[in-house]
Amino acid sequence: MSKTRSHAGRSIAAHAILITYTLIALFPVFVIVINSFKSRRAIFAEPLMPPMPGNWDLVGYTTVLEQGDFFQYFLNSMTVTVASLFFVLLFGAMAAFALSEYRFRGNLLMGLYLALGIMIPIRLGTVAILELMVSAGLVNTLTALILVYTAQGLPLAVFILSEFMRSVSDDLKNAGRIDGLSEYRIFFTLVLPLVRPAMATVAVFTMIPIWNDLWFPLILAPSEETKTITLGSQVFIGQFVTNWNAVLAALSLAIVPVLVLYLIFSRQLIRGITAGAVK
Amino acid sequence: MARRKPFRWHIGVFLAPAVLVYTAIMIIPLFGTLNLSLFNLEGQNRIFVGLANFATLFGDPRWSDAFWNALGNNCWFFIIHMIVQNPIGILLAALLSSPRLRMAAFYRTAIFIPTILSFVIVGFVWKLILSPIWGIAPGMLDAVGLKFLFAPWLGKEEYALTTLALISVWQFVGIPMMLIYAALLSIPDDVIEAAEMDGLTGWAQFWKIKLPLILPSIGIISILTFVGNFNAFDLIYVAQGALAGPDFSTDILGTFLYRTFFGFQLQLGDPYMGSAIATAMFGIILVGVCIYLFGIQTRLRRYQF
Repeated sequence: MSKTRSHAGRSIAAHAILITYTLIALFPVFVIVINSFKSRRAIFAEPLMPPMPGNWDLVGYTTVLEQGDFFQYFLNSMTVTVASLFFVLLFGAMAAFALSEYRFRGNLLMGLYLALGIMIPIRLGTVAILELMVSAGLVNTLTALILVYTAQGLPLAVFILSEFMRSVSDDLKNAGRIDGLSEYRIFFTLVLPLVRPAMATVAVFTMIPIWNDLWFPLILAPSEETKTITLGSQVFIGQFVTNWNAVLAALSLAIVPVLVLYLIFSRQLIRGITAGAVK
Repeated sequence: MARRKPFRWHIGVFLAPAVLVYTAIMIIPLFGTLNLSLFNLEGQNRIFVGLANFATLFGDPRWSDAFWNALGNNCWFFIIHMIVQNPIGILLAALLSSPRLRMAAFYRTAIFIPTILSFVIVGFVWKLILSPIWGIAPGMLDAVGLKFLFAPWLGKEEYALTTLALISVWQFVGIPMMLIYAALLSIPDDVIEAAEMDGLTGWAQFWKIKLPLILPSIGIISILTFVGNFNAFDLIYVAQGALAGPDFSTDILGTFLYRTFFGFQLQLGDPYMGSAIATAMFGIILVGVCIYLFGIQTRLRRYQF
């Protein structure tokens, strides 16, 4: 009797803490999004009221869409993210396969060399990266960003994927070899489909920092045509500090796409993060 | 084992793209930066100056004051993360991993949301919420009768850095939560059952059984936090600008590097001193990682199930 009661008490306490923290996590986002739909007067008079017919006003959104080329920024971000992701996954999986499948001299050393990048941030090489991009004529191109993000994402991708590839059954690959498949066919048609869940994990982990990065777009590609959405909103909001409607609308426009993507992929992401637990 | 061929070209083909891109864009520039820190301009020519840039950085008061200020602020930034972010993350993970908890998936998803937002969003959102002009924060404190506590936190030298560190904690608490959650889920049921047989439940069970088992994960989180914090830049840049105001009270190594390398206002950018700062950051991160790898990780007891 007393035991069940203490159990219920604990569970209520657990829910109370979790709900409190959930509110702390969501409240700022919520406040910004609801206020972006309200008139200037309503934003200041009653910031916590949800938007309704009396205070409804879309002037912030119209300003934003007239002023900033958000569609272009969004396309740039998409291009950079998707291309980098493609190269990280392809090159990362190939290297991970070589490291996990074949025994050769220098295998361990090569693995350590590639893992070094997990601990040492690529930003510290910025000075020389900029010099390199200047001499290659790649400043203010999306290619520069794609190259940098590919290099940045590879270490973790190789590390995670080679762990997973070790668990692909040898019998399957040897059966393929007996059937006369080349090593390349074995990799692309047998191994890759089997490590899809791991690829999804790597994809999510690679994608978030690329999409959100401000440092490299600011340094390597700040021109109007190559701005990413993160840099674009930073510059835009900086210009409109006093136009509260526009600032709130710009923030909401930047939040919503990421939020929608996250809600679609959150199960995959959480499964990926906790995948180590199911060994 | 497959047949041995004299030279297996396919290994090279599989490895080449990753190794080439990684070496060209990451390793060579990193060493290029380390190398550049040993040079400086004399007139128009780039000359080798040895460690003179470092002597300037650590010795010349014009540079060293800013450097030690940034380093000190960075340490405080890291300490706040260690004492606030990681305990909260562990607490949330412990609660989430309790069996029979309803809505666990909802909490997990919601608490992770700030982590996916960009620094730009996070910086501006909190700037608006803490702004005395808008009055959300003072209004809410007023509602619970604590209005006297309100101050323009981001504008005061004493509070600005701590406030930014707490904002960063708010953003990233999802990462320790998820990693610890995964570690807690991987504890086998029989260990927990054995503990329950011996009468260990609730918090006692957490402290005596689970915590020792997740110590390696806590170690990994600490080192990730360390590397992330000593490499931070975006949040401060978005919230306070490159000058890391008020009066450099929120300046950390990342913003100091940015200002030095690109210049600001009337000061011109200086790639050589910038490289020296990047090299110093590299050294700090390397020392931290080595302390962890050789001093802490080897002493952690690992349990195999």
